[in-house]
Amino acid sequence: MDPTMDRSMDATFQRSPEDPDIVTVNMGPSHPATHGVLRLVLKLDGERVRECVPHLGYLHRGMEKIAENRTYLQFIPYTDRMDYLSPLAANVGIVLAIEQLLDLEVPERCSAIRVICCELARLGSHLLWLGTHALDLGAATVFFHTFKDREWHYDLVEDLTGARLTTSFTRVGGMMHDVDKKWLGRLREFIDAMPGRVDEFESLLTTNGIWLKRTQGVGAITREDAIAFGMTGPSLRAAGEPYDVRKQRPYCGYENYEFEVPTGSEGDIYDRYLVRLEEMRQSVRILRQVLDNLPDGPVNVDDPKIFLPAKKRVLTRMEELIHQFMIVTEGFECPAGEVYHSTEVPKGELGFYIVSTGERSPYRLRIRSPSFNNLATLPHLVEGGLVADVVANIASLDPVMGEVDR
Amino acid sequence: MTQDGKLGVDWIQTNHPEAILSRGEYAGQHWVQLDAQSLVDVCHGLHGDPDTAYSLLVDVTAVHWPNDPQPMEVVYHLYSVEKNDRLRIKVRCGDEGPVPTLSGIWRSADWNERETYDMFGIRFDGHPDLRRILMPDDYTDFPLRKEFPLYRG
Repeated sequence: MDPTMDRSMDATFQRSPEDPDIVTVNMGPSHPATHGVLRLVLKLDGERVRECVPHLGYLHRGMEKIAENRTYLQFIPYTDRMDYLSPLAANVGIVLAIEQLLDLEVPERCSAIRVICCELARLGSHLLWLGTHALDLGAATVFFHTFKDREWHYDLVEDLTGARLTTSFTRVGGMMHDVDKKWLGRLREFIDAMPGRVDEFESLLTTNGIWLKRTQGVGAITREDAIAFGMTGPSLRAAGEPYDVRKQRPYCGYENYEFEVPTGSEGDIYDRYLVRLEEMRQSVRILRQVLDNLPDGPVNVDDPKIFLPAKKRVLTRMEELIHQFMIVTEGFECPAGEVYHSTEVPKGELGFYIVSTGERSPYRLRIRSPSFNNLATLPHLVEGGLVADVVANIASLDPVMGEVDR
Repeated sequence: MTQDGKLGVDWIQTNHPEAILSRGEYAGQHWVQLDAQSLVDVCHGLHGDPDTAYSLLVDVTAVHWPNDPQPMEVVYHLYSVEKNDRLRIKVRCGDEGPVPTLSGIWRSADWNERETYDMFGIRFDGHPDLRRILMPDDYTDFPLRKEFPLYRG
């Protein structure tokens, strides 16, 4: 760590008085390649990065504080705004944590629909990552191809939840509503097309000479360092550690689906790229199994104190009306206790640590964000490298600032 | 139900019994409250001993209990990739700490402890770069303390 580096937020452009080649520059916070509002202060020696100091918090909305002042159900919409590229996955994560606190089992059909949500979110997130990653490195064609498919994915999400981004599709003890046959058919069309599309993306990049030069051996991290930094998700697996929450600590019945966890060996940008591409194929594989074996039966738990009654019954029956009124205005109480529950979202391990004192809102809700911990490796990855590779490194970590800052 | 963290708590019970102040369990997740003085020693052991091998410090955070004599509770979540076990460690401290830093054992403690400092005002002794991380440098409050209001006006 350089003691002469200005680490405050007031750091500004400087030229070293001793050596005119050494300059301190600001990158961001509004920079097209920082994927949101990330600010880096870079100390450069010509084209080499000597030191990199990230400044976060430009998107900090105090979600953990807000959670302490909302009922459990009211917090679900906030999870849409964390990783806004895969809101469905975060929706599932929060309700699983609350259900563990309540010791609530959901029906099989509900779990299967949640798996669809998680994997659909992974496909959508990786499509965006691939497009922008390639765009950051100058390969604009890939961007148009992935965004075409991402639009298709968003059409599916919109038809499922009513919104492209603010999905809020899960409920404690169930889902907003069941999925219908027509939508499942359209999902099957999408996943039938995806493997071919991933092959097409690969044909543009995997053996592309420029892509190889920009990614191979760049931004490498060892397995040990990645673990020490708390890295999770595809970036950790690219470094050779096959830790995947879906395999290690299955939830939503992931243990019933066959899929592989791709790993890399070098831990460089190219390996992260290959791992994510393979994850897309595995997501398709999981989705296909869910569609083939989607269980029938109820989607929601039959607990009127926790799950909202059907609207039709609310309008005709007194008891249901009261339950609806109570859940909406006051929420439900969770038993006193604490749980940490994590899920494998596209970026890595997303954990919710909830401390309850038996009230209707959490006493403390902590969001363990994968992007935050992955981004912490950035100085380690870029220092000593070229300034142009900073952009490649950020893109390969796939951080979403909404999730970093929360 | 899985018994998460039992491995670690039992290891501490065997190797550092004097460090344990209390222990408990909820929903199959075991936690242990440690004496702040022995935190670093115990964590060195939990990290280095192949029987436990908690190689991943998943999260550092805190919970504010304003009416307690030691109002700040720092909470660590450890994960052992080899043993597939998750352990929760708690340490109590005064209003502003201090708590010894774990950044010498896990580098992920660096940013997570900075966030805990930023949100709660707990100082981590020996942290290499304890600055605010999410809030601006010139901010004076600690937003996740219970006395900090949600609305102002």
